[in-house]
Formats: sequence, structure tokens, C-alpha cells
Amino acid sequence: MKAGTLARIAEAQGKRQGLVVVTRLADGAQCLVDSSGVSGELQLAAAAREEVAALLLSGRSAALSGEPGCFARAYVPSPRLLIVGAVHIAQALAPMAATAGYEVTVIDPRGAFASPERFPGVQLSDEWPDEALARLGLDAATALVALSHDPKLDDPALELALPSELFYIGALGSRRTHEKRLERLRAAGLGELTVRIHSPIGLDLGGRAPAEIAVSILAEIIQVRHRGATA
Amino acid sequence: MNADDDSLFDTLRRWRAESRPAALATVVSTWGSSPRPEGSHLAVDGEGHFIGSVSGGCIEGAVIEAALEVMRSRQPRLLEFGVSDEQAWQVGLACGGRVQVFVEAVE
Repeated sequence: MKAGTLARIAEAQGKRQGLVVVTRLADGAQCLVDSSGVSGELQLAAAAREEVAALLLSGRSAALSGEPGCFARAYVPSPRLLIVGAVHIAQALAPMAATAGYEVTVIDPRGAFASPERFPGVQLSDEWPDEALARLGLDAATALVALSHDPKLDDPALELALPSELFYIGALGSRRTHEKRLERLRAAGLGELTVRIHSPIGLDLGGRAPAEIAVSILAEIIQVRHRGATA
Repeated sequence: MNADDDSLFDTLRRWRAESRPAALATVVSTWGSSPRPEGSHLAVDGEGHFIGSVSGGCIEGAVIEAALEVMRSRQPRLLEFGVSDEQAWQVGLACGGRVQVFVEAVE
């Protein structure tokens, strides 16, 4: 592996960008593939470039059938979970999601809610959701859940989330609450995108306790990440 | 990138910044039940220090030996371990799977 390749992997890490390194196993020749194209000493056939593009999305690593004897190693960002509303369910969801490999940030400008006592060891933001989301960036490896029950917090987050690349958007609330929310989002011109919101949030496991609801939400996020939104 | 990859590549860059020789091993194919999926990495420095894993711990010793050899020769190697292989039986892939591991020097 060339020093330049090592540097590019580190750069992709820092920027939360995906990258694939393809290696010809016979002699170690390599090329790098990212969203801007292919670079390096190894040439790839068109079929192999398509395979690599799919791996860049899924994050899987595999031998290439379109370029026999070559192995593609995908490096993709860790999944992230942004939780709007430092509520009781969030207290259960944040550590569960961290255990499942997610980088978690809890966003709530109300200091009494987003306190380190209530969220030991969790990354907290006391910004307004629109400020926090603009700073954190909404990429395709990130999920967002709006749990605050307060339209002043949930709505600005959803307005930024809906047109973004986020792989999962969920919002807590009863059917009636959600109907009202949809009316507001339609009025904001986001009507067509509101089908992206998972509500009622979470898989229907039947639980009612905050921790049980957190399991439902995390299970749905994992399902969408691996099986797609139509699962 | 996941947290394991992050810390492995941070370590690899630190070793190279200190001009320590280094090699990177990667699981490139698996058959049957193997403990670590394709793409799993193990990084090794010139003194045999390592980070990451390419198995449940059973073939790491042999992979580190090969990595030290690759650092000297600068020639990459493709290793294969499995229960059908006498050496693999000795190093013990207890799960009964087979794996191929590619080992390359890091410039």
C-alpha cells in the first residue's frame, strides 16, 4: 500500500466520506475509488467499476467478479444517530444505539433536559436543532429521530431532514399529533417528502416503557439501514 | 468509517510517521464458518506489535510471521488457512472454516 493511499483513507475518515481500495492480489497493484472517480495504477473494467460503486454505497467488501483476482475493500463512515429531544426515551435510546455501533448526538436547547446527569457519556448539543443539524451535516450514513413532542424543536429538524440524504427519519407522536405535523410540513412546502417520515415510530413490538420504545426505534433504524425503507 | 477501522488506521499512520516498518493483512475470501468477515484488517509493525484481527485469534501468529517477511521482501503474499491444510491445523482454525489473507507492506 502506497503512502498516498494511507493518506487518502485517513482523509476520507476525517471527512466522513466513503472510499474503496481495489487490490490485485497477484502483485498488490491498487486503485482508489470514491464519488469523484478512480485513481491509481490499477485499471478497472466498466463492469468492475459498477460493482465497486455498489460496494461504496453498501459498505461491503468483496472480490470483484468483473475483475478476477481483485479484492475491493470499502471504507464507509460509521452510522450516526441524531436524537432531537433529550426526553426519557432518548435516555434509553442513546446508550443502546452507541452499543450497536452508532455515533450518537442528543440535541435539545433546554438545559434541564440535555444535562450530563441525565445523559452520562453521551455527546450533547444545546443548540437549536436547525443550528445543530447544519453544523453536524445530514449524510446518507445518518439517521434522525424527533422525540421532543414539541413542534418548536421537532419541526425545524424535520424541515432540514426531509430534503437531505438521511437514510432514516422518524418522529414520535400519536396519529393525531402526526396528522397535525403533516399539515404544518405541507404548509412549509414539504408535502411530497413527508412519506419519508416513519410514524408511528419504530417496529410494532407492543412495548410501552421508554426502554421498550427505544428498542423498537433502534430495531427499525437497523432494518432500514440493511433492508431499505420498503422493508 | 467504523471505530475499529479508525483506530487501526490511526495506529498505522503513527507507525509510518515514526518510520517504523509496517504491513497490512486483509481477509479477502472466506468459506464456511469463519470468525471474521471479508475486509477484516490486521496491521503489524516491524517488531511484531499488532492491532485488529483476521480470525478469532487462531491464525494471527502465522499472519504476523508472514507480515514480518513481507516487510523485508517488499513482496505481497496471499496466505490460505483451513482445516484441510496441515499448517492451519497446527495454528488451529477451530471453527472449520477456510480463509485467504492478503499481506502487503505499507510504504
